Amino acid sequence: MAGKVHVTTNVNGEETEFLCEPRDTLLDVLRDNLGLTGAKEGCGNGNCGACSVIVDGRVINSCLALGVEAEGCEITTIEGVATSAGLHPLQQKFLEHAALQCGVCTPGFIVAAKALLDREPEPDEHRIRLWLAGNLCRCTGYDKIVRAVMDTARTMKETV
Amino acid sequence: MHAFDYVAPQTVAEAVAVLSENGSEARMLAGGSDIIAQLKEGRRRVKVLVDVKKIPEANELSFDPEEGLTIGAGVSCCDVYENEHVASNYPALADSTELIGSIQIQGRATIGGNLCNASPAADTIPTLIVLGATAKTAGPDGEREVAVEDFCTAPGQTVMQDGEFLVSVHFPAPAANSGAYFLRFIPRNEMDIAVVNAAASVTLNAEKNAFASARIAVGAVAPVPLYLPEAGEALAGNEVSDETIEKAAEIARQSARPITDMRGTIEQRIHLAGVLTRRAVRGAVERAG
Repeated sequence: MAGKVHVTTNVNGEETEFLCEPRDTLLDVLRDNLGLTGAKEGCGNGNCGACSVIVDGRVINSCLALGVEAEGCEITTIEGVATSAGLHPLQQKFLEHAALQCGVCTPGFIVAAKALLDREPEPDEHRIRLWLAGNLCRCTGYDKIVRAVMDTARTMKETV
Repeated sequence: MHAFDYVAPQTVAEAVAVLSENGSEARMLAGGSDIIAQLKEGRRRVKVLVDVKKIPEANELSFDPEEGLTIGAGVSCCDVYENEHVASNYPALADSTELIGSIQIQGRATIGGNLCNASPAADTIPTLIVLGATAKTAGPDGEREVAVEDFCTAPGQTVMQDGEFLVSVHFPAPAANSGAYFLRFIPRNEMDIAVVNAAASVTLNAEKNAFASARIAVGAVAPVPLYLPEAGEALAGNEVSDETIEKAAEIARQSARPITDMRGTIEQRIHLAGVLTRRAVRGAVERAG
């Protein structure tokens, strides 16, 4: 039992194949099989959000999904957020607002915030704080993170 | 996690076959937010995980004004509360699904998984009970429907036998002049497990000044989410007033048989059962109006 399974999926816009055991989480596969180490393992049980990725339009904890479940899915990780044209506005605003300290939570926050702005371009502060409740920052730099997301929403609206 | 097999059957019959072959060593996988965490922490062992999400019936989310609402066991909380029919006809379901875990959890976790995990503090089960929901299961002996209030038998235990799994949950169409409401008490603003939770569903008379009927359920005050028929009976036929509602709250307090643990004491939970019942009934009355 539990031989390796062949999975075909789409990661950051590219058709991707990998072999994994059923017990490998999506986070394990991203980091260890595909070399995409932006998503972090913080708690490993769905509390901290450091492993956030977007699967078929929904932001999820990749530590609580199996790699085999990714068959046929479209996945966006932090590595797919910047484009050849440059950083995503969220990444730029995180820099401008110094919205990171140790940085371990940052990929998860940016992926989760991107999922929010993709869906709701003009969230208010309360909505942003509620949406990001599943992303923990052990350095406790929440205020700058929320300000960076609010500023991103403003900037993206002006440039549309 | 220990090694296990994974299968993603395409039909109900295939799923039943795999489950029957593996007995208690097989477990269904829906959103994974309970089962994967349990496997990681060594709290559960399985030989095979059976993914419900490729089965068409488990992905159903449909509403008919006469037939009611059907939610497949693989439908995520996000898909439930973003559904227009849920928002307009079953807002109590949105109350429950919007406060389970984080947005990351809500994108995967399902009502079906919440029901099958059978936690005494599950945040969808009181709502399912007061809405009169039935659980449709499939197994070696065919399909059966079980009222949700009869589904959980102990913490983590349900009426389902080896080889049987939850396909979908069905809700009757809402009656005229009816409304339902769910709330919970937690010491934080979000991302927590209920100290106590409660749901109420009421149907008012045509003048909307008296209860025609009501259903009330409270969670985290007993080994399983508690349906309180006596509390509903205390409301039925009586005027909508603080005095009437207080009678239902008193029955909730008397019915609660909680434990003391890290989240709350027996005394606090009994008190909360009354407070939350009162607020749930008031919220349901408001929506019925």
